[in-house]
Amino acid sequence: MLKNNPLIKVTLIFRLGITALLCLSVVACGKNNQAVLAHKTLLYCSEGSPETFNPQLVTSGTTIDAVSQQLYNRLVKINPETGLVVSDLARKVIVSKDAMRYRFYLRKDVEFHSTKYFTPTRPLTSEDILFTFSRILHLDHEYNMVGGGLYPFFNGMGFDTLIEQIIVVDDLTIEFRLSEPQASFLANMATDFAVILSAEYAEQLITTDQKELIDQLPIGTGPFKFNEYKRDHYIRYNAHKNYWDGQPKLEQVIYDITPNNSNRVAKLLTKECDVLGYPSSADVEFLKQKKDIDIVESVSMNVSYWAFNTNVPPFDNANVRKALSYVVDRQAIIDAVYFNHAEPASTLVPPSSWAYSEENTDVEMSLEKARALLIQEGFAEGFEMDIWAMPVQRVYNPNATKMAEILQQNLAQVGVKANIVSYDWGTFRKKLAKGEHDSVLIGWLADNSDPDNFYRPLLSCAAAFSGSNRSAWCNDDYDKSILNALTTPDPEIRKEYYKQAEKLIYEYSPLVPIAHALRYQVHRNYVEDVEFNPYGGIGFFQAYKGQN
Amino acid sequence: MLNYFYRKLSLLFFITFGVTVFVFSLNFLFPTDVLSNMSGIPNIGEEDYAALAEQYYLNNSVIIQYFAFIGRIWQGDWGVSFITGTSIYSQVFRVLPATIELAIYALLYSFIVAIPLGILASSETYPWLDKSILALSIIGFSMPIFWLALLLILVFSIGLGWFPTSGRLSLIYNIPSSSGFLLFDIIRSNVDYKVEAFFDALRHLALPTFVLAAYPTTVLIRTTRQSMKDVMNTSYVKAAKAKGLTSGQLLRRHGLRNGLLPVIQMLGMHFGTVITLAMVTEVIFAWPGVGSWLVDAIHQRDYPAIQGGLLVISGMVFIATILFDLLYMIFDPIARIRGHGKI
Repeated sequence: MLKNNPLIKVTLIFRLGITALLCLSVVACGKNNQAVLAHKTLLYCSEGSPETFNPQLVTSGTTIDAVSQQLYNRLVKINPETGLVVSDLARKVIVSKDAMRYRFYLRKDVEFHSTKYFTPTRPLTSEDILFTFSRILHLDHEYNMVGGGLYPFFNGMGFDTLIEQIIVVDDLTIEFRLSEPQASFLANMATDFAVILSAEYAEQLITTDQKELIDQLPIGTGPFKFNEYKRDHYIRYNAHKNYWDGQPKLEQVIYDITPNNSNRVAKLLTKECDVLGYPSSADVEFLKQKKDIDIVESVSMNVSYWAFNTNVPPFDNANVRKALSYVVDRQAIIDAVYFNHAEPASTLVPPSSWAYSEENTDVEMSLEKARALLIQEGFAEGFEMDIWAMPVQRVYNPNATKMAEILQQNLAQVGVKANIVSYDWGTFRKKLAKGEHDSVLIGWLADNSDPDNFYRPLLSCAAAFSGSNRSAWCNDDYDKSILNALTTPDPEIRKEYYKQAEKLIYEYSPLVPIAHALRYQVHRNYVEDVEFNPYGGIGFFQAYKGQN
Repeated sequence: MLNYFYRKLSLLFFITFGVTVFVFSLNFLFPTDVLSNMSGIPNIGEEDYAALAEQYYLNNSVIIQYFAFIGRIWQGDWGVSFITGTSIYSQVFRVLPATIELAIYALLYSFIVAIPLGILASSETYPWLDKSILALSIIGFSMPIFWLALLLILVFSIGLGWFPTSGRLSLIYNIPSSSGFLLFDIIRSNVDYKVEAFFDALRHLALPTFVLAAYPTTVLIRTTRQSMKDVMNTSYVKAAKAKGLTSGQLLRRHGLRNGLLPVIQMLGMHFGTVITLAMVTEVIFAWPGVGSWLVDAIHQRDYPAIQGGLLVISGMVFIATILFDLLYMIFDPIARIRGHGKI
């Protein structure tokens, strides 16, 4: 009777179940694999998918963050602490006295990534450097058109006219000859765009007729190698065990692509990600209260500004522009748009740049002065204008629409009626390039530590035609000063030239600098040694996870 | 029995016809070019246009176009996505298992929880138990699940840190996908971190399953309670009781089989709602199933993908409904006699 009691059976099964569960959990703890793998995996919550895996082809910060520092090396790099150029793949650089010849001596035994799709047979040589830059320079190069044929950073710096010749001296020595002296050449070669690709991999892809894969299944020399990418979901990198600068401490770096701001913050709180890219200003305040989360604040090389289209009346009149510049209430904008995470801008370069000078800082807000100037120019009745507000959130401008609204209110007080205009980002940039705007709220994030990176792309005559000069302003004196600054090696003299340029900007007001945003990186407190580079992407080579 | 089966099949045929006509007409109703909608290639150049139009029978009558469309659906040529340019068919069937997995676990969970609770509530010995279970189920029934989900995330993920907020499995673990059913894939895989990945997957399952199960559970509790009450009040149960059967015997021999019949039917009727709710749940928990995939497609105006998603989801709902109906018929001989198809 007792034997057939179903209750006993149930109890037995229940007991067995509990024992099995216990065993499982013991196994789980005993092996402790999770701890090992999870401990050696860093999860980074990024804000968007990369467009490509080749930084030469883009300017977007998202792609740079995802790709540059992880997969590749440059010939030289910038030390994030000092802002100076230091060696990377080149162990030594010798610059000729006239700053026109740069000879790079490469490191020995730098290994390329060995992956499922490519196994290198030789270490890095000059041939790889030659291939990398020939692809950009020569329109008839086999790879020039692969990936669209546009190299925005290099086009912007005038790379094709700057480089006269690249000479392979021997296997580990290569020389760049410039057509004119340029002081910022090394700083440009140190940017996250100037990464070195593998010539051997390129040859392999030619034989298999899959040239486009060079930008999609990347091979580099960086501390991590590509494993897997799923658009809008994740990127998975594994450690490059033969990395020339030592093995990375992490086994895996995973980019969890989470476009929504609050989802990223939630994931950080639940430890689904360890490091967070670009928290919104409002979230930074909230995260500051959490004691197991560290916030790194850095001055970033950026500026947000209000540019007037100087081809369109009445903005062709410098006094009208000047009048409008008096309307900008920087403090109100910094309070409301940046939540105090920015400093007011009086010049193009932020105060952390060596080219910054304290003159030209008369940037008060004065509605009286604005009114007086407008009356003087015959606009006593005011006029109507458009302010284009960029539709996306950027480091330098978290909310352009809100900024435009603040300007709109102040402009109304001097009799100017402003309409806020916005399109989706693609259309916005296209229409902007065509010069259809009256004025635009936009900004700039520098690619390298050289001040030239602010002055030339934003206001030079050349940029007025190629597009990044949103004011379409062209002034010969200005161009002369920045050209002089560029061809002079001595920083003190260069600084003087930039001071002159800054004076001209102040005088003619083609644009009004508004703010330099501070940049934040947020991570769990057990993450150590992530490299936050003020001039570019994030780097995980040295990063590791400490004790929770 | 066969007759019944046949009737169900003809019903399936007509519904399929209706759905495919609807999806086919979407090609013409969506704002972009008809040929783009069909093939999934945006901005077709002039030189390719003629050849593609030929391939898609665009110069023939609408009837022929429709049959060509059915032919393509049948062969698995569902066009490519506007956004990624990859085959819709393979995309849909890659994300579908995640949804099925979630729905199955949620239904299983609600069965396990709801039926005992329903039986308990039906017992007249403890009226207070009945009242509290009923109250709970009404609260659950009337709570919007997106709100419930956010509440649970707030408390259990962000507050207590017990469960992750999104996804099926931590990105740390890289499990090769063979069947698409994650737990099964993990067991079959041969990676070193199998056990950890398995527990991690369970942790990811917990909240979405609970949220999705909320609605079917409350419905099942009330159905079970009512039908058990009805069965226990029938004369044959009373007679059995009079013969001296214990309440356990009564429940097993007469109560369950007869009392659970309406529950099966109910489950079939509510399957459509469960799939809709699964889509909401997927979006909130970033669960990579067909629901969040379809919502993404709608956001990005990926018309070929929207069509594919609609086909698969509606197909899934009516096949499940018919399966539940058949199951009901197997258990209930009276239904076989009634025999007319219904949905």
